[in-house]
Amino acid sequence: MRQPKEQSQPSPSSQEEPFDTKLARRHRLGRIWLVVFQASTIVGIVALVALLLSIANSAFGYVIYEYDIDPAELAGGDVPLEELPKETLIAILQENISDGAFRRLEDLKPFADRSQANVYRLVIERVAEPKAVEQWTLYQSLFNRSAIFEEAVRDYPDGELRFESWFDPHFVTAPQSSDPVQAGVRTAILGSLWTILVAFLFAFPIGVGAALYLEEYAADNFLNRLIRTNINNLAGVPSIIYGMLGLAIFVRLLEQLTSGAIFGLTDPTTANGRTILSAGLTLGLLILPLIIINAQEAVKAVPNSLRQASFGLGATRWQTVWHHVLPNALSGVLTGTILAVSRAIGETAPLVVVGASTYITFDPDGPFSKFTTLPIQIYQWTARPQDVFRNIAAAAILMLLVLLLSLNATAVLLRNRYSRRL
Amino acid sequence: MSQPAEFASPDGRYAIEARRLNIYYGDFLAIKDVDFAIKRRKITAIIGPSGCGKSTMLRSFNRMNELVPTAWTRGQVFFGGQDIYQPDIDPVEVRRRIGMVFQKPNPFPKSIYENVAWGARINGFRGDMDALVEQALIDAALWEEVKDKLDQSGLSLSGGQQQRLCIARAIAVEPDIVLMDEPASSLDPIATLRIEELMRELAKNYTIIVVTHNMQQAGRVSDYTAFFSIDEKRAGYLVEYGDTQKIFTNPEKKITEDYITGRFG
Repeated sequence: MRQPKEQSQPSPSSQEEPFDTKLARRHRLGRIWLVVFQASTIVGIVALVALLLSIANSAFGYVIYEYDIDPAELAGGDVPLEELPKETLIAILQENISDGAFRRLEDLKPFADRSQANVYRLVIERVAEPKAVEQWTLYQSLFNRSAIFEEAVRDYPDGELRFESWFDPHFVTAPQSSDPVQAGVRTAILGSLWTILVAFLFAFPIGVGAALYLEEYAADNFLNRLIRTNINNLAGVPSIIYGMLGLAIFVRLLEQLTSGAIFGLTDPTTANGRTILSAGLTLGLLILPLIIINAQEAVKAVPNSLRQASFGLGATRWQTVWHHVLPNALSGVLTGTILAVSRAIGETAPLVVVGASTYITFDPDGPFSKFTTLPIQIYQWTARPQDVFRNIAAAAILMLLVLLLSLNATAVLLRNRYSRRL
Repeated sequence: MSQPAEFASPDGRYAIEARRLNIYYGDFLAIKDVDFAIKRRKITAIIGPSGCGKSTMLRSFNRMNELVPTAWTRGQVFFGGQDIYQPDIDPVEVRRRIGMVFQKPNPFPKSIYENVAWGARINGFRGDMDALVEQALIDAALWEEVKDKLDQSGLSLSGGQQQRLCIARAIAVEPDIVLMDEPASSLDPIATLRIEELMRELAKNYTIIVVTHNMQQAGRVSDYTAFFSIDEKRAGYLVEYGDTQKIFTNPEKKITEDYITGRFG
């Protein structure tokens, strides 16, 4: 019968002790690994914060605008242009733009229905026509203010120095424009949302159906194992390959379908397959393997006891799958779909190949219209030489992040609602 | 395998009968050459050491074994005058008429009402669903405890209540036979006794076949007992089958007596 030891440390080898516990060393090793893990987390957080800060740095800052016509001149009195009544602003507008342009604005939305702020905006855009001649980053704007003020007074006496948030409601609601000061991402946001919708509607039912078949119905033979392996491989194929596939099949081969000619929406001879439908289907193919793999895992995780209970009551396999397996797997399936859709939103290369338009100003009005998407817009703006495009590209990146976060948050909320019911 | 002559009669006094039944998982023979007839509206217990194939034997009665891809059978199981393993027999219909209660209670993650109603609904029940649910819960001795909370989740009940819910669910589709695979083994002693009382009540209307590793339970509850054991090739076989009183007080085979008195298993 061994006596309990008085000390907790192993004593020198004068005693016959079967366990050489080395407690101090084991704890020290544990602490070292803990520090390594903490450091890894910190590196990740630092990288993320650095990314966000560098984007925000370009998206906010002081700007010097020079106007073709000074707003103060237009206002013509003591009252600043911003505060003039709507009728006065409409009169100024009518004086300074062509009759044709004025009529077009009236047709688009009657001036009687427009707000004073809206008309003021039009006057600034069409008459005053500001150009951004110098920009500073957020960091410079916060810490070098006096130097900026000096430079503004010295080099640009006619210009207006203003703190600009490039990412503001105007940016989100304005359509694309060749003028970087007026440009907005509304066209791109709508294009992104439309293509994601088409991709989701295509890939979700097919992906979940395939996963259900592979997990619930398919026998475990060679052919099915081959299929499973290949689906896993498809998830890793570079996205530009999907773009080339989309170009060959959806844009060219199925041109009559994807351009809407089959439905009589466009003339078959001038039909162009570079539409939202082609892009959505291409993205759908891209995310299909991801959805299948995730849905498979979710279905596998449904406990077998549930299936047994269902079969024991005389249910068919289909009834078991539809009433019990699928509802239980739903939260996992939704998680996988969130991940897949998040990936699809950021895809640029395949959509460039499939033919996102480089310049469109009208909103997409259906699956058969031309389009552009946020990542493509960002890519185009960063490729331009002028500095000011850097700012609006940064603002567009922030918009993309906001879009991503809201989609994810909605999906997570949906998923939690379903999980809580169980 | 010798069994009382009355069981072998073909005039329908048995509820279900296995003839020369062999059950395989791939190449492995799990149940060897069983002849076994169950009397109508009685409780038959299947006892035996671990791994002797009691659950496999039970599940062969409602064709649940074939949910395992490698399982296959040789031999016949007669129910309602027909061999249920014939190719033209639909296992889905067999499983409605031969219900099952599992070892660990597994109510659906739905409301108590839905748990009981779902089986009836998918089998095309056209009558008054509320009355069916109420009757099933009364017959399962659960109605008084849940009648005010029928729309709460089935998972919110205690273990014993969940098992009674599973029994209600099984009898709601009006089976002829109810198979029970160690129904009380995961429950506390009080819940266990309630399940045993329930089994005796149910036996007035249904044939009950229960697998149990608890010999005292088999002795308390069953009318007939079948003792299975494992041979040297790890295949299960029916050793002895008869009146519970006789098996427990005066078994014919020595191996049965050894098991009953606890010398092995």
